[in-house]
Amino acid sequence: MPLNKSKKKTPMPAQKPEVRRRNFNEVALGYTEEDAVNEAQRCLQCKKPGCVQGCPVQVQIPQFIKRIAERDFDGAIKVIKETNSLPAVCGRVCPQEEQCEQRCVVGKMGDPVGIGRLERFAADWERAKGVQVPELPAKLGRKVAVIGSGPASLTCAGDLAKLGYDVTVFEAFHKPGGVLVYGIPEFRLPKAIVQEEVEFIKKLGVEVKTDMVMGKVLTVDDLFDMGYEAVFIGTGAGLPKFMGIPGENYLGVYSANEFLTRINLMKAYSFPETDTPIKVGKKVAVVGGGNVAMDSARSALRMGADEVHIVYRRSEEEMPARQEEFENAKEEGIIFDFLTNPVRIIGDEKGWVKGMECIRMELGEPDASGRRRPVPVKGSEFTMDVDTVVIAIGTGPNPLLINASKGLELTKHGYIAADENGKTSREGVWAGGDIVTGAATVILAMGAGKKAARSIHEYLQSKR
Amino acid sequence: MFKILEKKNLAPSIKLFVMDAPLVAKKARPGQFVILRIKEGGERIPLTIADYDAEKGTVTVVFQEVGKTTRELGTLKAGDSIQDFVGPLGVPVEFPHHKKVLGVGGGLGVAPLYPKLKMLHEQGVEVVSIIGAKTAEMLIFEDEMKAVSDRLYVCTDDGSKGRHGFVTVVLKELLEQGENFDEIIIIGPPILMKIGAEITRPYGIPTMVSLNPIMVDGTGMCGGCRVSVGGEIKFACVDGPAFDGHKVDFDELMKRLATYRDEEKISLERFHESHECKLTEQIKGADSDAVK
Ligand SMILES: Cc1cc2nc3c(=O)[nH]c(=O)nc-3n(C[C@H](O)[C@H](O)[C@H](O)COP(=O)(O)OP(=O)(O)OC[C@H]3O[C@@H](n4cnc5c(N)ncnc54)[C@H](O)[C@@H]3O)c2cc1C
Ligand SMILES: Cc1cc2nc3c(=O)[nH]c(=O)nc-3n(C[C@H](O)[C@H](O)[C@H](O)COP(=O)(O)OP(=O)(O)OC[C@H]3O[C@@H](n4cnc5c(N)ncnc54)[C@H](O)[C@@H]3O)c2cc1C
Ligand code: SF4
Ligand code: FES
Repeated sequence: MPLNKSKKKTPMPAQKPEVRRRNFNEVALGYTEEDAVNEAQRCLQCKKPGCVQGCPVQVQIPQFIKRIAERDFDGAIKVIKETNSLPAVCGRVCPQEEQCEQRCVVGKMGDPVGIGRLERFAADWERAKGVQVPELPAKLGRKVAVIGSGPASLTCAGDLAKLGYDVTVFEAFHKPGGVLVYGIPEFRLPKAIVQEEVEFIKKLGVEVKTDMVMGKVLTVDDLFDMGYEAVFIGTGAGLPKFMGIPGENYLGVYSANEFLTRINLMKAYSFPETDTPIKVGKKVAVVGGGNVAMDSARSALRMGADEVHIVYRRSEEEMPARQEEFENAKEEGIIFDFLTNPVRIIGDEKGWVKGMECIRMELGEPDASGRRRPVPVKGSEFTMDVDTVVIAIGTGPNPLLINASKGLELTKHGYIAADENGKTSREGVWAGGDIVTGAATVILAMGAGKKAARSIHEYLQSKR
Repeated sequence: MFKILEKKNLAPSIKLFVMDAPLVAKKARPGQFVILRIKEGGERIPLTIADYDAEKGTVTVVFQEVGKTTRELGTLKAGDSIQDFVGPLGVPVEFPHHKKVLGVGGGLGVAPLYPKLKMLHEQGVEVVSIIGAKTAEMLIFEDEMKAVSDRLYVCTDDGSKGRHGFVTVVLKELLEQGENFDEIIIIGPPILMKIGAEITRPYGIPTMVSLNPIMVDGTGMCGGCRVSVGGEIKFACVDGPAFDGHKVDFDELMKRLATYRDEEKISLERFHESHECKLTEQIKGADSDAVK
């Protein structure tokens, strides 16, 4: 296999910043076959590959890259799918720069191998020709319930269906997919891809029931009464946090969850063709520094805002957002106000936001997270002239289902306590994804769903 | 899909649906609500569960046509289906130790008031009710309320039926006459609940109101329904919708309800155009309703 010694990643074809900042179409367009083979040839096929250790689900990276280099794309996707059920999603949204690509040896002398881009290429190649439904074993006639339909749940449900279980997914919203549909915007993860993943697990025989707010319409006890022998909880970390500063209830202040749900799930960008409105003003401030903040800011721009600021209390280095999205956001003209923290939101007499008072911060001693703690600089208050504020400072566990479920031990922050296989304190109940770890990543949720499926299978095997 | 089993026109622009929703009916309790969506692309709107029958698997909702979605809903007939009908949501209300309760319902608020009073009546609690509407024609649920009340007062703003005046006038009278209650439940437009709660405050009688902020999911994940109660942020969909009326910041609620005023107008106008409706007057009427 010829080696490509370029120090740079093969560039990703993408929409130009000045065009994409006003549309919701996908930003990155994906590698062509030539691009992919070219990039695959940068991989050194290490004997002890660091990349694999960096991958939370140990995708056999050199193996799949080798197959791409050999133009055996079928073989490549097969390798990936041994451990990753959602490669079209993960190839687009994984923080590769902190995972596989961070450990790639090629990265020591330039750009690492574009592992995420190659993963995406292999997945898209398979999608384009139609994903084959594997041959399914005979039905076992045993029922498993899966609550929620984010990546953890979709994976758990799919894996159990492949083993012959009758799986039912119960989703609160009218559309399955979790954060992949209501949170991550179309321009980063086309909803058609999520839809395909859902269709795929349906083809595996999984029944997907929407409009099911579990804990309200049915409880975990009800599920056992209905003959489900095991329950997986993958309800995510969907409870929005507010800052607790004055003025947060003014009109034009949104939690990122509401802002993104209105836009992505309810399609407010097509209002008035669709019925759900949103108010995005001329000058928008998004508070926070993670993926959620980036997505909110870039969505605000696409909704027509003139000026969008990201207000983050730490510095660029501490920002938890994916590197690529930070770069994209900068290219699109998002303004970053680092070391800045809101103190209060100012409203007009009708209750609409007209400004946000902030204070400058400086970095002090490292805190519990190991990052240097931001401390306010006395007397540095100033007022930003904004008419919309989006709060993206994190989420917590939604207690709705938990409160209605007996016998579930919780962590001190209110997440469900589970062992490494997702087993909870209650017999027959597993949990995984953000509802166990707190807000994390798609790949970790996917991995948790996989482990839980295996553990549920073992349990049900031994039960009879 | 959820089927409309029965439709009734209760008053001009106020309609009742009996929905086929067995799972919701099985768990429904007084004080809870549903969120529905007519079709793909539609808005999710909350409606209170006005009645339910677990055995028949039915849930009754009553709605007033104020904007695009409720008007579109009103065009549906028995036998039609809607896309989504989610619930029961919100915290059920309970009054385990009450002996005597006063219910005050204004306009459409009578519908959400009814299941609570029905439960109290079935518990053997003495129920006094005051219901009112703009005109006799707009009055709803009179027979139902009669059936669950030991004493019922009817008022209309124009005097076309019962007492001439607002329900709050009767409320004030009863309290001034020294009548006492373990709890007063007031449901109606925010302004009515605000004024009502001010009337009961000096008497120190616990006063429950049911809030109607704009909602999206109804499960506590967006925070759009947040209201200030006793200086704290509460999410009406999961912490309510019933709250202590003496602690609610009604002015903030009323302001927040106006967030999408411009967009609501656009939606409604488009709806009317597509339905070839010439009654621009009606649009104006609906708007002033929504303002309250
Ligand atoms: C805006 C945004 C951007 C992100 N960007 C990235 C990224 O670029 N890369 C990355 O790796 N990660 C990203 N994340 C994080 C990632 O999306 C999550 O870690 C992941 O989706 C968690 O998966 P999950 O299956 O645990 O739950 P979720 O995806 O949160 O899904 C939970 C599902 O459960 C449903 N549910 C909740 N309660 C109930 C109930 N009582 N009954 C029934 N159903 C219920 C919810 O409606 C939801 O559909 C992002 C998150 C957000 C919000
Ligand atoms: C818990 C709860 C219970 C309710 N119960 C009833 C009921 O039993 N019967 C009834 O007729 N109405 C009820 N409402 C109000 C009802 O949801 C609104 O009238 C309806 O959403 C209006 O939609 P529209 O498109 O027809 O009107 P729009 O033109 O969109 O709005 C008219 C007014 O309704 C309010 N509103 C708009 N969208 C929403 C939304 N998504 N959620 C809540 N309010 C909104 C706003 O104040 C707005 O000014 C309830 C509201 C809540 C929160
Ligand atoms: S570490 Fe980099 S070069 Fe080595 S196998 Fe992995 S991707 Fe290839
Ligand atoms: S409606 Fe979204 S949190 Fe209440």
